[in-house]
Amino acid sequence: MNHYDKWDWDIGKKEVADLGKWRDKFQYIEELRVSHDGEKVAAIVKNEDMEFTVCVQSQVNEPETWENSYDKVWNLKFGPDDRLSALVSDTGEWTVSTDDETWENGYDFIWNMKFNSNGNIAVSAQKELSYSVVNNDTPWQNEFSRLTDMVISPDGEKTAAVVESVPVLESEIFKFRQGCYSIAVNGETWDKNFMNVWNPYFSDDSNHIAASVRTSYYDYYIAVNGKTWDKSFSSVWEPRFSPSLTLNGTNSNTYSITAPVKKGGKWFLAKDGEIFWERPYFQLWQHLYSPDGKKIAAIVAPEFGKWTIALDNTPWDITFSDYLSDPLFSPDGNKFACIFKDNGKWGVAIDGKAWDCLFDMAWQPTFSNDGSHLAVKFKKDGFYYIALNGNIVDEKYDDLANPIFSSDNSSILLKGLQGSSYNRKVIKI
Amino acid sequence: MSESKLTTDKKSDVKKIEDQGILKGLEQLTPEKIESVINQVINDETGARLKVYVDTCVHCGMCSKGCHFFLSLNDPKFSPAGKVKQTLWEILRKKGKVSPEFIKDAATVAYTQCNLCKRCAMYCPFGLDVAYVMSVMRRICHKLGVVPLYIQDTAHSHSATMNQMWVKDDEWVDTLMWQEEEAQEAIENLRIPLDKEGADIFYSVIGPEPKFRAQLIFQAAVIMNAANENWTMPSMPGWDNSDMCMFTGDYEMMERLKRRHFESALNLRAKRIVMGECGHAFRSVYDVGNRALGWKMPPIEVVHAIEYYNELFEQNKIKIKKKFDRPVTLHDPCNIVRGRGLHEMARNIVKATCSEFIEMTPNREHNYCCSAGGGVINCGPPFKNARVESGKAKAKQLFAAKAKGAEVVIAPCHNCHGGLEDIIHHYGVDMELKFFGDIIYEILELPES
Repeated sequence: MNHYDKWDWDIGKKEVADLGKWRDKFQYIEELRVSHDGEKVAAIVKNEDMEFTVCVQSQVNEPETWENSYDKVWNLKFGPDDRLSALVSDTGEWTVSTDDETWENGYDFIWNMKFNSNGNIAVSAQKELSYSVVNNDTPWQNEFSRLTDMVISPDGEKTAAVVESVPVLESEIFKFRQGCYSIAVNGETWDKNFMNVWNPYFSDDSNHIAASVRTSYYDYYIAVNGKTWDKSFSSVWEPRFSPSLTLNGTNSNTYSITAPVKKGGKWFLAKDGEIFWERPYFQLWQHLYSPDGKKIAAIVAPEFGKWTIALDNTPWDITFSDYLSDPLFSPDGNKFACIFKDNGKWGVAIDGKAWDCLFDMAWQPTFSNDGSHLAVKFKKDGFYYIALNGNIVDEKYDDLANPIFSSDNSSILLKGLQGSSYNRKVIKI
Repeated sequence: MSESKLTTDKKSDVKKIEDQGILKGLEQLTPEKIESVINQVINDETGARLKVYVDTCVHCGMCSKGCHFFLSLNDPKFSPAGKVKQTLWEILRKKGKVSPEFIKDAATVAYTQCNLCKRCAMYCPFGLDVAYVMSVMRRICHKLGVVPLYIQDTAHSHSATMNQMWVKDDEWVDTLMWQEEEAQEAIENLRIPLDKEGADIFYSVIGPEPKFRAQLIFQAAVIMNAANENWTMPSMPGWDNSDMCMFTGDYEMMERLKRRHFESALNLRAKRIVMGECGHAFRSVYDVGNRALGWKMPPIEVVHAIEYYNELFEQNKIKIKKKFDRPVTLHDPCNIVRGRGLHEMARNIVKATCSEFIEMTPNREHNYCCSAGGGVINCGPPFKNARVESGKAKAKQLFAAKAKGAEVVIAPCHNCHGGLEDIIHHYGVDMELKFFGDIIYEILELPES
């Protein structure tokens, strides 16, 4: 049983909010957000005093604004636990407000709000031109002259970011080359600096962090916990930990890292510093592991201008001209899907075959728990729809959230705007 | 007003220019390293294209009149073929066995005496692209670490911040919020929507806009709102479409920048990217960067501001109060005219917005470069005088347009603005420079609240 099972999965449709009432009440309404369970909608609005606040409505309530209002509100999001958070500013001081409760600490600016799966919240923060990360209202002890690319660990206990570990001024190009950047984890930097650091990434057990680095213009490495691979490459993309070793290994210090690497003008997948997929590609990125860690897939271009998926280094026969994204394994690891763009139209591909239907835009697909169904939100001729296993289901919407399958694979939850009604609908598959 | 500088200027002695990026870079070179890097680049990264260019050139010199450096300075060493002779021909002839002093001069030629504008390719009987040959020389210099300090610094900024101007993550969002507030003076409840999913337009700009020309973001916001567009800008790195790494020869960073830019737009499920008035960024997004990553064309439709403004008028999406009433002339930027053929669209916008238009001559794809593009202006103060002297042909062209009555120069490109500003000031041309966005904003009929 997962937390989805606590939701209302009764077949049928109910109106969560009548937006007509909102429009009567507010002359300024930003984009709607909907909770994961579909029971609440919210938006940033301006109240009668023309101050920013948040309006929330559920089926059983009238639209209600937060008691507090602000000079500015942005980044409104429902977290994974369906608490509603935003970045708010009053008289120039920024903080996080969750369900109308603000953090105690304030900053000159905060941004990049991140959640872990339990709903822990972290933000990047600037105060008096010094930079740090704040995790659940607790700021790092150390501050830096620059900070970017913040990430939160799966357990929510750690945050990490790329930081300027040695302050370097503009135009100090030779000092820059010596290495002025590192990764800070909970404010503590790795003991090594690099010319550049990108893409920090936590292992599933939250104990390790890997990143792409370069030590010169032509020496790119993957660094893990501050230590680089023995071999450099002419470029690298983002690394990933093997989940099978970090999750199933008895020794949590045993882990394996893979990353796309460029060598001799071609891209390969490397593992722990050695070429792992011998076949060269014109491009290779966004690789990912199956849930059991036994398979690896990646977006690849076997030749210039042709894009497909390689599964364990075997590319699909089908290729696409424009773009591939949102690759994912089914929960059992037996199926693999992605969305594609080909000759200007978007579509869904699963296990090497494209659905017949094409769209103006498509969002990340989702598998049912047993992998037997695949659903995707898409847009066509100005309206939003859901496609299930290649067929359009249900009605058209003016706005729509991504679909969610019930854990028993029998139903789909749809959340969307139709006219002025925001509706929650469960349909039987 | 005076044209006297057109005849009295003396040429700067580039040998005396001291650039710390080049000079200190040379200190780290050995003959072995030079030879090794050169041969790696030539053998691994070039192929038939370079060989054809080098083998086909018959040294006829027809390219000379295609180059504004040659036309301005009247010295054969500034002809396109002359620049190849000072760089790649010598390198190939000596199979990479060249001295640090040679690299110093070659770096100066490649980075500061060629704007990569590709005008000369139209004057070569074989259509040889000298800009490509200069880019190969730059790639070698990048790998040797011998790059002018100022442009190297912008490339470093790209690598650390994903933007050209060391703009920090918070400064970017803060600037957008500030410009949004300013624009609300013109249109109540105007928004610069951040990270809006599924927008029709992902609007991207270059690093100098939030840093120095934030009013352009304000103007764009007013125009987007007046046109009732469903648009967005990203709050996170990926917003900057510019690319000095393409010009230093740091192609690995160019790829990283372009990937971030495209993914910023595509992750938001935007329908298309509309870019501000920048030429080199368009070259990077539409031609060079996308292809380096493996795409024949950009993975998402990319629209330059000229195409977008033209569409606004063609589809009657905005209204104007009255036409701009001062006589204007138009500078055709190389990257969007020779690179994309937007010159007639630009004239459509002029016709829609201005009451009097005076062509400068030559124009369209034959227009002279501003002398700033290709990263040359980004090489900074050490090379400024030499750069402005190479703009003498441009100054003459501007004076001629002015003599016909033009008072305002429209230049729909940031680097062109920088270069033309210096030329106008140095030669005393006394004309005003504007972007299309300036003019449209000035005459725009604002919607009622």
